[in-house]
Amino acid sequence: MRNDRSTEDVALGIRRRVFEHAMRNNGGYLSQACSAGEQLAWLYNEELKLGEPTLPPVPKPFGGVPSADNPDYHTGAGYNGPAAPDYDRLFIAPAHYALVAYATLIEVGRMAPEGLDMFNKDGSSVEMIGAEHSPGMEVHNGTLGIGLSTAAGLAWGRARRGEAGRTWVFMSDGEVQEGQTWEAVQACAHHGIDNLYAIMDVNAQQCDGAMDTVMEVGDIRRKFLTFGAACVEIDGHDLDAMRDAVREPHEGKPLIILAHTNPFHTMGILEERFPRLHYVRFKSEDERARMNASIAKDLGVEPVDYAH
Amino acid sequence: MVEMVNRPYASAFEKFAAGNPDILCLSADLTSSCEIDGFRDRHPDQFVSLGMAEQNMMSFAGGLGLAGFRPFIHTFGVFMYRRPYDQLMASIAYPRRKVRLMGFLPGVTTPGGMTHQSIEDISVMRSIPNMTILETGDATEVESICEAADSIDGPVWCRVLRGSVPRLFDTPIRVGEMRELADGDDILIVTSGICTEEALRARSALQKAGLSIRHLHLNTIKPFDHKALLDHIGSVRHGVITLENHVTEGGIGSLVAEAMADAGTGKRLVRLGLKDTYAHGGSRAYLMRYYGLDALALVRGIEDLMGQSFGIDEDDLDAARVDAVHSIVKAEAL
Repeated sequence: MRNDRSTEDVALGIRRRVFEHAMRNNGGYLSQACSAGEQLAWLYNEELKLGEPTLPPVPKPFGGVPSADNPDYHTGAGYNGPAAPDYDRLFIAPAHYALVAYATLIEVGRMAPEGLDMFNKDGSSVEMIGAEHSPGMEVHNGTLGIGLSTAAGLAWGRARRGEAGRTWVFMSDGEVQEGQTWEAVQACAHHGIDNLYAIMDVNAQQCDGAMDTVMEVGDIRRKFLTFGAACVEIDGHDLDAMRDAVREPHEGKPLIILAHTNPFHTMGILEERFPRLHYVRFKSEDERARMNASIAKDLGVEPVDYAH
Repeated sequence: MVEMVNRPYASAFEKFAAGNPDILCLSADLTSSCEIDGFRDRHPDQFVSLGMAEQNMMSFAGGLGLAGFRPFIHTFGVFMYRRPYDQLMASIAYPRRKVRLMGFLPGVTTPGGMTHQSIEDISVMRSIPNMTILETGDATEVESICEAADSIDGPVWCRVLRGSVPRLFDTPIRVGEMRELADGDDILIVTSGICTEEALRARSALQKAGLSIRHLHLNTIKPFDHKALLDHIGSVRHGVITLENHVTEGGIGSLVAEAMADAGTGKRLVRLGLKDTYAHGGSRAYLMRYYGLDALALVRGIEDLMGQSFGIDEDDLDAARVDAVHSIVKAEAL
């Protein structure tokens, strides 16, 4: 399944949707759309080999958690198509990017726009922190740092079964503070897992603020290389750089693309909120109105009429 | 004299798993300590070494489960739930991956002290939705644990005995079925794991004292059939006593208490086990005596339940087995 639109256009569409949603709901994960727009657009619009969605465009309501008494349970992975041997798989490791990921699904025609109206509504499967059953999700990743390990196990298993499809992880840079990330890379290197790919949104932000003030992580690329991954650093808003990066040879190792990004890219007014960008809730009606006008102008749309 | 079986898990796992490409043997640097070194050497294609990195191992196993494999994780029980509890929850239990968690060194079966003794694992696992819990009490149960665990559609926590293990039973584990070892009508004794052997040691002395004992051995702790237990409780006159190699909070004592409370059973219950305490390092026999997990503790508990003394002391109990701390059937002194 390929989208006819340009990836630049998809990235813009993602940001417009997240912007509109944040305005209507008096806040949201705006900065994540700024930093990750190109990465998710590139994955879904170009790089991932995915089949047609197997789940309905308008997401079904919450259908219960996995249990022996819930035989109809399924994950949200069907929005990425079937889990066939030749197709790629994608985990959104920082499930807090869910709003941006859902917007991406809409922009590439995998989910209906109405899906976003269900975001964080009681009884909905379109959860604020992406759950297994949320559109486009296959595993729970709300607990940061477990995504790469799970993907490593899946990738190892798929290689053992002779499947051609790759396993991809969209990661966040805050996850390198978790020891498990390094355990995962170590295991990948030891077992020669090279059908595993990650692209990491290196926006240098985390919940408490700028990462350097919370816990310095140093030279991430050098750490990944030392632990045994192949690693490329790029400008995370440069699509050609992404296209080149994925061609980096990485035999016997996972490939990790560090996408350095600007947390207010295309929404310059958000810089006013630095360094608390994780979840932008407007502090006043005045701020909301100013951000509405400024970001709408940046994104080339009319301000959102959020009063109605 | 009871038959002792050396390293029953080693041969049982190899017999069960070898040649089945969907079964993987995962290890976290305790390969010989979990008796899978022979399997590693003879079936390297099914062996995945994940090193001392349990957080990754748990999520990695979840990923293997997602790929359709049935990983058997081998390490000491404590290392599978204390540090990587988050991963156990999110990567294995929630999505109902068919991961078989083979937890060695249950309770005080190791002189390794607090860091090595899983004394609250059953309590933890009982509170995890989707989890099944099995516990081995003899060599026959160890020999049948792989098949029993692999019959479960979901994750399974197993308390596995290693080294030299007594053979008490001649039939394999049947998941969900408790073993009725005596059918008396005064007192119901409920035990699991290594405590069942202790109860067997006490039985003849109790019978000589004129007590009619009903004795159940549990190898399936979750899911649990309350009705069968309540039928047994209804068959005894005086009350129930539980003995477990675990803290008394959340283990089989709690399980029995919950069943009795739910049913409004008006009988006394005495729960024996680790009483809201950590253990420390020492031999199994010493620890079982020190912490009140052995046959003598059971007798004293029954005396408490009955409100009378039977004059039974250590000499009246069947001979205790004394395991050598340093033994050729154990990889190290732990």
